[in-house]
Amino acid sequence: MTVIQKKPTNPIAHLTPEDIEQIGIELDAIRQDVIDSRGENDAAYIRRVIDVQRKVELGSRAVLLFSAFPPAWVLGTLGLSVSKILDNMEIGHNILHGQWDWMRDPKIHSTTWEWDSATPAEQWKHSHNELHHTYTNVIGKDNDLGYGIMRVDEDQPWHPFHLGQPLWNFVNMLFFEYGIAAYDLELGGAIKKKQTKDPEFQRRLKQVLGKIRKQATKDYVVHPALSIPTGSFLSTLAANFVANTVRNVWSHSIIICGHFPEGVETFERRSIEGETRGEWYVRQMLGSANISGSKAMHILSGNLSHQIEHHVFPDLPSNRYAEIAPRVKALFEKYELNYHSAPMPQQVASAWHKVVRLSLPNGWLATTKVSNAPQQLKMLYKMATGGPRVRRAAQARLNQQARKAQAA
Amino acid sequence: MSTVVTPRVSGATSATTVRSPRRSLRDGLRRFAEAAVTPLELDDVLDVFHPLRAGAELRGKIVAVHPETDQSATLLIKPGKDWAGHVPGQYVRIGVDVDGVRLWRTYSLTHGPRPDRCISITVKAIPDGVVSNHLVRRVRPGQMVQLGQAAGDFVLSDPMPGKLLLVTAGSGITPVIGMLRNLFSRAEPVQADIVLLHSALSRSEVIFGEELRRYAAAGRLRLVELHTDVHGMLDVADLDEIVPDVDERTTYACGPVGLLDALEEHHAARRLPLHIERFRTAVIATGEGGTVSFAKNGTVLEADGATPILDAAESAGVLMPSGCRMGICYGCVLPLREGAVRDLRNGELTTAAPGDGVLIQTCISAAAGPCDIDH
Repeated sequence: MTVIQKKPTNPIAHLTPEDIEQIGIELDAIRQDVIDSRGENDAAYIRRVIDVQRKVELGSRAVLLFSAFPPAWVLGTLGLSVSKILDNMEIGHNILHGQWDWMRDPKIHSTTWEWDSATPAEQWKHSHNELHHTYTNVIGKDNDLGYGIMRVDEDQPWHPFHLGQPLWNFVNMLFFEYGIAAYDLELGGAIKKKQTKDPEFQRRLKQVLGKIRKQATKDYVVHPALSIPTGSFLSTLAANFVANTVRNVWSHSIIICGHFPEGVETFERRSIEGETRGEWYVRQMLGSANISGSKAMHILSGNLSHQIEHHVFPDLPSNRYAEIAPRVKALFEKYELNYHSAPMPQQVASAWHKVVRLSLPNGWLATTKVSNAPQQLKMLYKMATGGPRVRRAAQARLNQQARKAQAA
Repeated sequence: MSTVVTPRVSGATSATTVRSPRRSLRDGLRRFAEAAVTPLELDDVLDVFHPLRAGAELRGKIVAVHPETDQSATLLIKPGKDWAGHVPGQYVRIGVDVDGVRLWRTYSLTHGPRPDRCISITVKAIPDGVVSNHLVRRVRPGQMVQLGQAAGDFVLSDPMPGKLLLVTAGSGITPVIGMLRNLFSRAEPVQADIVLLHSALSRSEVIFGEELRRYAAAGRLRLVELHTDVHGMLDVADLDEIVPDVDERTTYACGPVGLLDALEEHHAARRLPLHIERFRTAVIATGEGGTVSFAKNGTVLEADGATPILDAAESAGVLMPSGCRMGICYGCVLPLREGAVRDLRNGELTTAAPGDGVLIQTCISAAAGPCDIDH
């Protein structure tokens, strides 16, 4: 997808400025309805989820004390995976968004909560709440568009490094909690700009390493050690590693469904200058994608299956997204906008499809046939090894060829 | 927990305390347990099973709710193991979740220390009172509340004054009933001469009315009841008539601001001993814009009702945390210690009194009256 500003048919071309402001007014009204009705039941909900998560985690770790016994290993690993997923997604992500700050409970608050993940809450809040949610899907500002290791839009320049992006994506998926930690730390940027000796970077680096040390000690030293009496040291260690990996794979899959599926819009940097509230809302609406499915899937996704509702109302309690989704969808229909929603396998496949497709330069796949494969491959090799000028020239030719092929 | 100090080995230069092996083992076990539950704290895990244990944050479980009048009720609460006890006349801060939001209020303890270790408060539902109405009408046994330790100096001196005048009005009877119940439940009979002058809107609205009349009938105190619907309000000028030997008595008073101010004036003029308990009302001045003060930074500035506090503060040179500057990222959250602010997006008012623990997003909040930010 290219930025909507460059698309032949702009999906919001039919909206007048008054329409856009009216969308903002109607969404504000939905938001106020939720705030007005927010109360005891919502507070009870999050407390229940936290209670369940803690009991499932404690229970699973207790079962894993006997992990040398295969049924215990399976049950414990499954339970621990679920408890880690709940901790990160329905609980951690949402509390850190401030969705539950209204309760004035100092323990369940965005300023005090810490989660079972390698990245410290403070650093994640900055890169996620401040940057991603403000600059959602703006090319060049929202680094969630590829996390700095992939390109997920035609308007992101192609680099030979991207040829490997299906592999980078796969590795990131397996070790996602560390990927997020490196991303929040802005490790790549610091290395590139040679700022690793910066005192502020050093402070954050120390913070992350400290968090990783505590997490790793818990999962790979303390709990395996507790299992020694039953001869389960290694099996518990393996169980914890697997549970972390299951959590990584699941959360990665949910998260790439949020903005990568084909058809989700991106935006040009200049287009957000002087952006009004209504325009911000429309960008959030079109820059996000939902996953449809069972109640269990919704809760295990931390209600990020309602990515559109979440992006429009990041600070409303997650348990209310399902309830307001029909109203939000109706608003899309009223203004003839595309409400991007599909079952999970479809959205995940679509996201991966984009990752694979854009690992190649724009237009390369479209203009390559069996008959011209050798020449195309040679050009690709030249683009990969030739340096920026060669790349630019080759890309210009490719664009021309792609236009010709389309016109034909 | 006391630290065991072992004798210093001669020649040792370190001034640190050498811990006993038992203390080190306990510390070690605690650290090991924390390493097993991080990022949770051990307390968070134990709270799942035993929230009233020693070492936990102070909480209480509501054991019983007894209606007193049709506007008031007594709550019997079992406090956590770390409840440090109280002296009759003191009060307790209580944090209650009402409609999901934790709100804090202060109530007098209406019993002296009880053998069942429970504490009691008696709440009068005030019109539009969010917490008082919840406590009187909706709270159920089994529910948990947050607690502070007992505080306050509205207590009888030791030894007690020989002649006592208690002046109370409405819910002002609550700290005094605690004193009386404690005095009259002692094994040794009390030697004091007590006069209780109580004013209430009507006879049926006298909280603990039955009990007080029983004490009077038993000769344990002289009770003077003034019902506003029949006798009019209590006028301090009539005090000499009602209590001729007022000059010989130590007075303890609790009631509305007007009564207490008048009593202060009266007693000060005649140099009579007076102890007062003032109930803070939750009324906070609100308006359009106001004076914003920063408790830690020291800056004080005037802000209007349309300017976010974030912008106003930055213009005045205060370094402020910020993020998206549009209310979605919660990167600008600061404590509102006291005062009122308005959400610029929907006009919603948020008020705070010291101890309430209210946090606000400064990028979308404007001053709605004087406010004090803890920054």
